[in-house]
Amino acid sequence: MTALLYTETEEDLRATVRKVLTGRSPWQAVLARIDGGEPYDAGLWHTLAAEIGCAGLPVPAGRGGAGAGWREAAVVAEELGRSVAPVPYLGCAQAVAALLACDDTELLRRLSDGDLVATLAVPLSTPLGAAPPAGALSPTVRADGDTLTGTVTSVLDALPADVLIVPAGGSLWQVAAADARITAVTSLDQTRPLADISFDAAPAVRLATGAPAGRAWTAARTAGAVLLAAEQLGIADRCLETTVAYVKQRHQFGRPIGSFQAVKHRLAQLWVQITQARAVARHAAGCLTTGDPDTPVAAHLAQAHCADVAVRAAQDCVQLHGGIGFTWEHPAHLYLKRAKSDAIAFGTPARHRDALAALLHLPGPG
Amino acid sequence: MRADELAARTREFLSAYDPATDFLRARFDAGLAWVHYPRGLGGLDLPRALQPVVDEVLAAAGAPDNDPLRITVGLGMAAPTILRHGTDEQRRRWLRPLWTGEELWCQLFSEPGAGSDLASLTTRAVRHGDDWLVSGQKVWTSTAHEARWAILLARTDPAAPKHDGLTFFACDMTAPGVDVRPLRQLTGEAEFNEVFLDEVRIPDADRIGGIGQGWQVARTTLMNERVAIGGAPVPREHGMIGIVARAWRERPSVRTAGARDELMRLWVAAEAARLSARRLGEQLAAGQPGAEGSAVKYAFALLNQEISGFGLELLGEEGLRYDDWTMRRPPAVDWALRTPGYRYLRARANSIEGGTSEILCNIIAERVLGLPREVTG
Ligand SMILES: Cc1cc2nc3c(=O)[nH]c(=O)nc-3n(C[C@H](O)[C@H](O)[C@H](O)COP(=O)(O)OP(=O)(O)OC[C@H]3O[C@@H](n4cnc5c(N)ncnc54)[C@H](O)[C@@H]3O)c2cc1C
Repeated sequence: MTALLYTETEEDLRATVRKVLTGRSPWQAVLARIDGGEPYDAGLWHTLAAEIGCAGLPVPAGRGGAGAGWREAAVVAEELGRSVAPVPYLGCAQAVAALLACDDTELLRRLSDGDLVATLAVPLSTPLGAAPPAGALSPTVRADGDTLTGTVTSVLDALPADVLIVPAGGSLWQVAAADARITAVTSLDQTRPLADISFDAAPAVRLATGAPAGRAWTAARTAGAVLLAAEQLGIADRCLETTVAYVKQRHQFGRPIGSFQAVKHRLAQLWVQITQARAVARHAAGCLTTGDPDTPVAAHLAQAHCADVAVRAAQDCVQLHGGIGFTWEHPAHLYLKRAKSDAIAFGTPARHRDALAALLHLPGPG
Repeated sequence: MRADELAARTREFLSAYDPATDFLRARFDAGLAWVHYPRGLGGLDLPRALQPVVDEVLAAAGAPDNDPLRITVGLGMAAPTILRHGTDEQRRRWLRPLWTGEELWCQLFSEPGAGSDLASLTTRAVRHGDDWLVSGQKVWTSTAHEARWAILLARTDPAAPKHDGLTFFACDMTAPGVDVRPLRQLTGEAEFNEVFLDEVRIPDADRIGGIGQGWQVARTTLMNERVAIGGAPVPREHGMIGIVARAWRERPSVRTAGARDELMRLWVAAEAARLSARRLGEQLAAGQPGAEGSAVKYAFALLNQEISGFGLELLGEEGLRYDDWTMRRPPAVDWALRTPGYRYLRARANSIEGGTSEILCNIIAERVLGLPREVTG
């Protein structure tokens, strides 16, 4: 059984990360980066990855990492969700998960050190559990000898990436970002701009092939989905916190709006859902850490639940702020857009429910 | 002459001899603008339900219309208020250019400190001979940057109980002292504005309704606003549900078992809301909208939000993209032409603008069901 509470080490890690994020990346700074057209914060990422060691948390010390685990990595994801900080954490974490399942490489070491940024070249919306390798891992990229040709659209963290990990032709490949053409996409979530990638006979190094490539792929996708759930929990938590503070302070009809029962109940219900989201997200992170056989169910469950909770929290945040919540100069929209994009990432809740039904042997009619 | 200069000259000519405007004025004078309005004011004193007869004949002939989407505040709020509470002189002066779209209207009600509790507003109007001098700040004023006129609610008697100290005006948006500043919204563009009023002179002749009667007049506006939002008779699968249903029919790749259940749940809800809006329209044919209008607007907001959220997720990868974040000042927005992301984001305001959903539920609870009030005043 997975432990669902946070350990003292995890709380310490959280405090460290939160301090950096609140100091360096308050929402005003995030909004200013977006307005300036340079959302990614390389300096912040350097502090988090290289100085605090966030990138290598799940990597054993013997392979160049911090020797912690996915539970700790999930705590970092929560904090990043709370701050909607534009750093390539999720991309790097998927790359790390893939590389952990491959033979030891220098790449893993450099990623853990925060020396390099890498991401998995797959559309962010690709449903968890979709098309594991055997055959064509990625239908849109072709391998010819040691080169790759083709396109992958809507990729997360490709813009700041140095290295792309590309599924193609039944193998996983490593491609230098400089050898690909990477084009920014006008993204719904501006705190995490996506990019389209095209390869034109790009030189590639094979990381794994056949069944091991499949395992690496599944590991990367599962870790991504589990960390995303933690991020969604962070988003929801922050939206609730911000909203609770606002409804205590905003007065209408001579009273704080938080004293109206409609407002109270809405926030109380949200709190209940977030409490559940925390349990579900923790369970998933725990499963991933120990390699629990419940991991596939836990990951889909976490996505099916946490995605909706984050969306609801962000929507409630807008609603309970009234007109102000609908303006650009208020942070609510950053959370709303992140939450809604996250609900599409790794497949929508509806797709996760369908996947769960299959895993749990709950067949449909006919 | 360069091509752009020639184009500018042509546009200038067109604005002086706009064929549509001449036609629309004539249509108004013929009583075919809104048949339920009185004769001489664009109508024929006929039941509202007969309007589609006119609209269909004119649409079939390809006649220009008054672009109702662009002038919703005028049509949906200012006009019914002027008709009900204005003097004959005011009706004659304002209704025709309002209806033809020559003069746009906006609504200067909300203030930073007075949204849901509108009656607590603090913009002051002080009497000076035949004029009023108005000072204060309004906010979230849609289309104020294009409007020629505003319906304005201001406090004329700070000593009176809050609902009794208000007076309703028409404010000339070109008057000195009116300062309109764009306010960007989460969709990236700015439909609405902050409006600063600094000793704006309003002739007493532009007061609508009695001094201290502003709240009663504003209630007419608000009840009509709520019917205007979501109350128009529309065909099945109109609006947001139609967009999603079309995507479902045209794109097999989006279909999953779970999503189909959700689609059908929303389809049923949309159709129930559509029929109940039509039923309300029939009830309204004679009288003025009451608290029931709140139910229509409440349902419309909820549905628009749920359907647009569902529609965005349904499209998967496409839903992760947006069309344009640059700060713009769009004319009336046709949702169908924008991305699913825009529809999702814009729909968030549906439960805020024109009275929040919480306030509408309070109105239903208190005025329809007669439940005791949570707050007094
Ligand atoms: C897109 C858009 C366009 C707009 N256009 C115009 C316009 O043209 N002209 C104009 O005058 N105004 C306009 N508005 C303003 C709109 O009418 C107000 O935003 C709205 O009335 C809410 O007021 P508020 O923003 O001050 O929120 P608040 O009143 O502060 O409300 C905040 C939250 O508290 C809740 N709440 C407040 N009181 C209660 C209660 N008693 N019980 C339960 N819950 C409560 C609300 O439902 C809301 O969720 C527009 C708003 C938007 C978003």
